[in-house]
Amino acid sequence: MKLPDLTELALRNLRESLLRNSLTTVGISVGVASLVAMLSLGTGLQQLFTRRLAKSGLFDTVYVSSRRELRGMSREEQRTGPNPGESPVLDEAARLEIEKLPNVSEAYPDIRFVTELRYEDKPHLTMISALPPSAKSNDAFEGIQGSFFTSDAAPEVILQKSFAEELLGKTPALGMPEPNVSELAKPLLGKELTMRYAQRESAQPTPLRPDTNASEDVAGASYSVVSRQQQLKIVGVADLDPESMRGPTRAKVFLPLKLAESLHVMQPTDLREIARARTDQSVYSSISVRVKNPSQIQAVEDAIKKMGFTTFSILDASRSLQQVFKVLYAFLGIFGSLALAVASIGIVNTLVMAILERRREIGIMKAIGASDADVKKLFFAEAGAMGIFGGIVGVILGWAIGQVINFGTNIWLRSQSIPPEHFWAVPLWLVIFSIGFAFIVSLISGLYPAGRAARLDPVQALRYE
Amino acid sequence: MTIAPAVPSIAIRSENVCRHYRMGETLIRAVDGISLEIRSGEFVALLGTSGSGKSSMLNLVAGLDRPTSGSVIVQDRDLARLSREELAKYRLHVVGMVFQSFNLIPSMTLTENVELPMRFADVDRGKRQSLSREALQRVGLGSRIDHRPSELSGGEQQRAALARALINRPKLLLADEPTGNLDSHTGTEIMEMVRGFNRDLGMTVVMVTHERALAERYAQRMIFLADGKLIDDHPNTSVSPQPQVEAVR
Repeated sequence: MKLPDLTELALRNLRESLLRNSLTTVGISVGVASLVAMLSLGTGLQQLFTRRLAKSGLFDTVYVSSRRELRGMSREEQRTGPNPGESPVLDEAARLEIEKLPNVSEAYPDIRFVTELRYEDKPHLTMISALPPSAKSNDAFEGIQGSFFTSDAAPEVILQKSFAEELLGKTPALGMPEPNVSELAKPLLGKELTMRYAQRESAQPTPLRPDTNASEDVAGASYSVVSRQQQLKIVGVADLDPESMRGPTRAKVFLPLKLAESLHVMQPTDLREIARARTDQSVYSSISVRVKNPSQIQAVEDAIKKMGFTTFSILDASRSLQQVFKVLYAFLGIFGSLALAVASIGIVNTLVMAILERRREIGIMKAIGASDADVKKLFFAEAGAMGIFGGIVGVILGWAIGQVINFGTNIWLRSQSIPPEHFWAVPLWLVIFSIGFAFIVSLISGLYPAGRAARLDPVQALRYE
Repeated sequence: MTIAPAVPSIAIRSENVCRHYRMGETLIRAVDGISLEIRSGEFVALLGTSGSGKSSMLNLVAGLDRPTSGSVIVQDRDLARLSREELAKYRLHVVGMVFQSFNLIPSMTLTENVELPMRFADVDRGKRQSLSREALQRVGLGSRIDHRPSELSGGEQQRAALARALINRPKLLLADEPTGNLDSHTGTEIMEMVRGFNRDLGMTVVMVTHERALAERYAQRMIFLADGKLIDDHPNTSVSPQPQVEAVR
């Protein structure tokens, strides 16, 4: 029998016992809905994490440092690369060169230093770090009180919550509830801080004695260190820690990058590189390189390594995260499939009942020339049709359940003053997969009934009333 | 193509055919060593009381059942040696069957019922529809093609069943008590139609009946069975035999 004929006959047979077949189909729908619900939760959560992590800047950033730092090198790197003394200096020229690499969106120096900040005449010692304008999209600043820097060179400062607590003398004891950021920000926003720091100032090169054969690059290597101070206005207080990755060296006070560069704060590397620095150009201890797409991180890392620098990224961390999600998927899929497995028993039951009911009809069909294969295909087609219908309805149902849960959860999140999130996603592949899966499960369920119907003895079947 | 002189070929031949089956402890010999030959174009009645084995014999000829021993040869095919698939093809193309209880599929309209064998034979939809309509018109049901069997009288249902039996142009028409559920008037109507197919189309007809009068009126030959055995086989003198004309290539 041809496929269109088969489909037509199958649909007509399904219509004949509408209630029973509808109930079976509803069973499949519920099974598919639970599968879709589980897997779309998994997909949604993965997308949420990926989105969050992308925003955190962790997955698209390569940290570059010079081999001259003599740290952060694995044994392999020590053996394969040039020796630290001969490796290049991480200066402005190197930064520009890195920025020109394909797929690199920006490369900015990590300027960080420990210095003293005075607030209401009380000194506070802390780690200060500079932020590029792109950090504005970092999710750490999503719940910021106040605002981000008005410009990249403005004499402004953003405080991390814990430093704000310190300034106000409100640091809570361990185990005590932390004060709300907005309460902390209120008295601080718009106030001034005084930062004291050591500035490196280039001095006049010492005239060389004409009889020495010293190379030219030593000539400019001379500067003085001057103590300075700078007034800074508090514009924002951030709830989250944008540098949580850095552990103990993380900063609690942030300056705009251009401003920090213009201050020429004395860096520890300055002392070491004085012998090599050609001019008074800045030498950086490390540079953060942002990649356009996390998938290109490996290529960019390799390119930078070729230039003779040491690199670090948390690509491996993201890989293990993928692993975790695969396991999560498998678990959610198994739980979701359970309901479909139960539904498939419903299909077997319905079709076995149909064989009993249509025994005589099967006998007639065989008597007028239907082959075993024709009868088998007919029952398969009925099972398959129930599977496809159930699959389609199930996907719609699963999607609707997702929307309701998403909506409900967001109401709760809002009541907890957490911004709403979209953690439920039904991608096209899931729709196609679910309907296909329901179809295949239904066909498998149809195997036994179809075989049984095909084997029916026509003489016996015709005698059946 | 030439018209050859009458050489009646054998349509059905059975050789010592048996159909035994077990029912609990007892062995039922439904058909017990029947040998017979039926010529092409013959109209034969199989007579006997209930349980005589006439329907079992018909089922063997129809390819619905397989003999326990012996052979049934229809148009040079030994049915016992055919696979299930080949038997289905045989039923589809060689045999047309009508039953006492009509056996139309109740959920289908008359056209759909008549079309069904053509679906199994992979006939195109358009051709199927026109052929089934034509067949129903020929049996006088042209105005009822979209009715369901339950909306029809017994005679009409049997006529529709005849239309279905003949739709794939079979060589053999097998009828199992075709008038058993009909009053004598409609029964006669149906039998006249069957005789018409036998005479006009040269179709071989084997009819199972327990009504001797019916057999005497329509069949050219009467075969009597009892307890699965052939007990009598003689021509019916009151019905003139068909002139045997065969096309020879």
